[in-house]
Amino acid sequence: MFAYIVRRLFAVIVMLLVVILVTFGIFFAIPKFTGADPALMYIGKQADPAAIEGIREKLGLGKPILEQFWNFVSGIFAGRDYSSANGSVHCPAPCFGYSFKHENPVWPELTSRLPVTLSLAGGACVLWVTGGVLTGVVSALKRGTVWDRTAMTVALGGVSLPIYFTALLSLAVFKYKLGWVGGEYTSFADAPGSWFGGLILPWVTLAFLYAAMYARLTRATMLEVLGEDYIRTARAKGLAEPVVIGKHAMRSTMTPILTVLGMDLGALVGGAILTETAFSLPGLGQAAVAAINERDLPMILGVTLITASAVVFANLVVDLLYAVIDPRVRLS
Amino acid sequence: MRRSAAGAALVVAALVTTAACGGGGSSKESGDGKGAGFNAAVDKVAGASEKKGGELKFIGTQDADSWDPQRGYYGFMWDFARYYARTLITSKPAAGGESTTLVPDLATDTGKVSDDKKTYTFTLRPGVTWEDGQPVTAQQIKYGIERTWATDKISGGPTWLMQVLDPEKTYKGPYKDESKDKLGLKAIETPDEKTIVFKLPKPNGDFLQMIAMPAAAPVRPDKDTAERYGQKPFSNGPYKWVAYSPNKGLELVRNDKWNKDSDPVRKALPDKISVTLITNADDMDNRLIKGDYDLDLNATGMGSAGRQKALKEKKGNVDNPQTGFIRYAAFPKTVAPFDNEHCRKAVIYGADHTSLQTARGGPQAGGDLGLSMLPPAVKGFDPAYDPYNIKQGKPDAAKAKEELKACGKPEGFKTTIAVRNNKSQEVATAESLQASLKAIGIDAQIDKYDGAQTTGIIGSPANVKAKGYGIIIMGWGSDFPSGQGFLQPIADGRFIQESGNQNYPELNDPAVNKTFDEAIAETDVEKAGKIYQEANKKVMEGAWYLPFTYEKNIIWRSSRLTNVYTADAYNGRYDYASLGVVK
Repeated sequence: MFAYIVRRLFAVIVMLLVVILVTFGIFFAIPKFTGADPALMYIGKQADPAAIEGIREKLGLGKPILEQFWNFVSGIFAGRDYSSANGSVHCPAPCFGYSFKHENPVWPELTSRLPVTLSLAGGACVLWVTGGVLTGVVSALKRGTVWDRTAMTVALGGVSLPIYFTALLSLAVFKYKLGWVGGEYTSFADAPGSWFGGLILPWVTLAFLYAAMYARLTRATMLEVLGEDYIRTARAKGLAEPVVIGKHAMRSTMTPILTVLGMDLGALVGGAILTETAFSLPGLGQAAVAAINERDLPMILGVTLITASAVVFANLVVDLLYAVIDPRVRLS
Repeated sequence: MRRSAAGAALVVAALVTTAACGGGGSSKESGDGKGAGFNAAVDKVAGASEKKGGELKFIGTQDADSWDPQRGYYGFMWDFARYYARTLITSKPAAGGESTTLVPDLATDTGKVSDDKKTYTFTLRPGVTWEDGQPVTAQQIKYGIERTWATDKISGGPTWLMQVLDPEKTYKGPYKDESKDKLGLKAIETPDEKTIVFKLPKPNGDFLQMIAMPAAAPVRPDKDTAERYGQKPFSNGPYKWVAYSPNKGLELVRNDKWNKDSDPVRKALPDKISVTLITNADDMDNRLIKGDYDLDLNATGMGSAGRQKALKEKKGNVDNPQTGFIRYAAFPKTVAPFDNEHCRKAVIYGADHTSLQTARGGPQAGGDLGLSMLPPAVKGFDPAYDPYNIKQGKPDAAKAKEELKACGKPEGFKTTIAVRNNKSQEVATAESLQASLKAIGIDAQIDKYDGAQTTGIIGSPANVKAKGYGIIIMGWGSDFPSGQGFLQPIADGRFIQESGNQNYPELNDPAVNKTFDEAIAETDVEKAGKIYQEANKKVMEGAWYLPFTYEKNIIWRSSRLTNVYTADAYNGRYDYASLGVVK
């Protein structure tokens, strides 16, 4: 088990390095080869040659690409210094880059937004897993009934409706017309009540989309599992139906659900861009949109890395959980 | 250019403008009461009040390019900067055109000018202080101005003062200054702490306008964090910074060291000023209408869904000011056949002006038809001057054909229209132009380029020629309301640059350039205005530009706001420094 975890962690690091390399290449190497000058994107009205040169120096565009890459990676572990008019600016480890646009290190900016995104993803996740799995299980057990058909039709609707549509619709109805939900995002530590009030609509909207998928997935898997020999054996042994379903069938059903959950949650932590934008939540997704609008490359790189890390780690956790859920899985 | 320009097109917003589900029909009144009336704050004061207290709540979709007084260039930043950055002189706190008058701020008067118009002397008022109570000195004003010279570090801001005071750029900025006090710029002298003297190599009639910009605000060397200064500028105005998070928001509170007696300009009514930044423009409009916020920081105009809802349900909370911008098409002479004046004229006559205006949003959200290349707020503007009879609104096919014949292209020609891909109204104008030109035989293809790369794409004359951009769609607003600020950068050949060029037609006519020199040397603004009028006529006669609109905006004014009026000095935005709230 320990050896397995070490091996997986090593793979995670390699994976993240590849992600950094590819992202880096897209932002800094490709423009270099195609002749586009990223420095020009930052320049204002008077494109003074000294100003362009200053930006190039700051972004480190003059240095060989491999050196830039090395500086970036080593900065994550050891921190690094950026040149400044009066001395230098220290970007402490983990230094995920320095936003030239706003003249500050990227990492603190990202971490200040992380609680918002975690609140959004976490709350929605609880809702959709509970709602989706329960609906799926009940549908599977009551296969062919009116309940099943209704639930699956609603689920199909949930999967089909894009989040930017449901988000705006729910905002227009519940916030601006009925006024049931209010306000701004407030941090949990400041005011738990407002935190809940500000997030309930995004949670429900986001959860609706995912719950629908999970309900369909749960139903399909559950139906398949219920046809397995060991379920018949369990029933033949005279086990009570709740035990057959809750203990034996659910374990197998949860395996694929957990796999998908790992990826969904990981991607969501990287920023539910559309949801955060529609509901104006100041999380990572909104930071990504703002950074793209401003062509703030270091910031985009930072958000990309956080997303990649979240997905990779969530998958690692899921793999470890397999062993707990499904006794057939041995981590070795 | 002072591209207050907009919180770029955002995926969601673009996708859903139509589905913005404005809801409509809400009977709930926004804020605390009814608005003061449509256009109640245009060129006049709505809700005059001296009542202090409360929180003034801005919302916006775009952060400033920088809050550093020397680095900010966005129009709204200049307006907002008056909360924390004072200058020797500043715009008069008055509605409409009167705001373009300059009044003393840190200085006791608007300066003593020498007979040869080359020396300006100012004396500082008593009692002007920083947020820690220390006095503001003439040396600190000089230091602040000097920062503009460090273009490699303090980039992005206006460089007018550098061009006028040190055109050869002999000074390298305070960070490379070898002198002990870092005050090596020769063109500014500070004989004592209260006196500052500017020595211009040659007269410039708009010099006072340039030192009224935030770029001429003082910075205290011991508080100068160089590039990072914009994160928390050290205040000498009525408010100081407490918190700022890029693209999220900021908060200012009263600066208790600010001395009201030393400041005849700022009312400083609210106790607190907050800015919330989000990325969804439609949501911003909804929140404004709902009454959660007071006004849009960027003031680039409401989106179409919000606009319709506001005009329908809360018209009394809406203003429709001129922004001082002209939206236009430019014809680069390096791209044939636009080297021929008659081909340029053919396009002007062939364009459907009303359709272009509609593409910009119609007379209200887009603006009045643009007739020439000076906007109404600039001295020298003549409302009757309409050399191409644009006012009648329709294409003049007969004249267009005549011009095509004179150009040697009676059957028309092929060309390319370059337009920013992130400005939907600009794309709409390009499509309108394409359609009307087709009727006279001109086959124009539209090239939508990456709007963030304007500087390197249409700002590069070599690229414009290589790509064959015969028509460039753009807009322009001036840094200060004069012909020098508005027309010279886009019509004087000496302003043509290899990168970041704004004179898109590459108009370089010695006669036009000379007119600018004469106008700039004239320190009487009325007389200078007449000369700029001449320059405008020369530009129009050469058919270098096709003006679309004198831009107007629809902006929201909450019912809580007091002392609110639009100011020409801030491109039709409200004068932020005068605003108050009812509670």
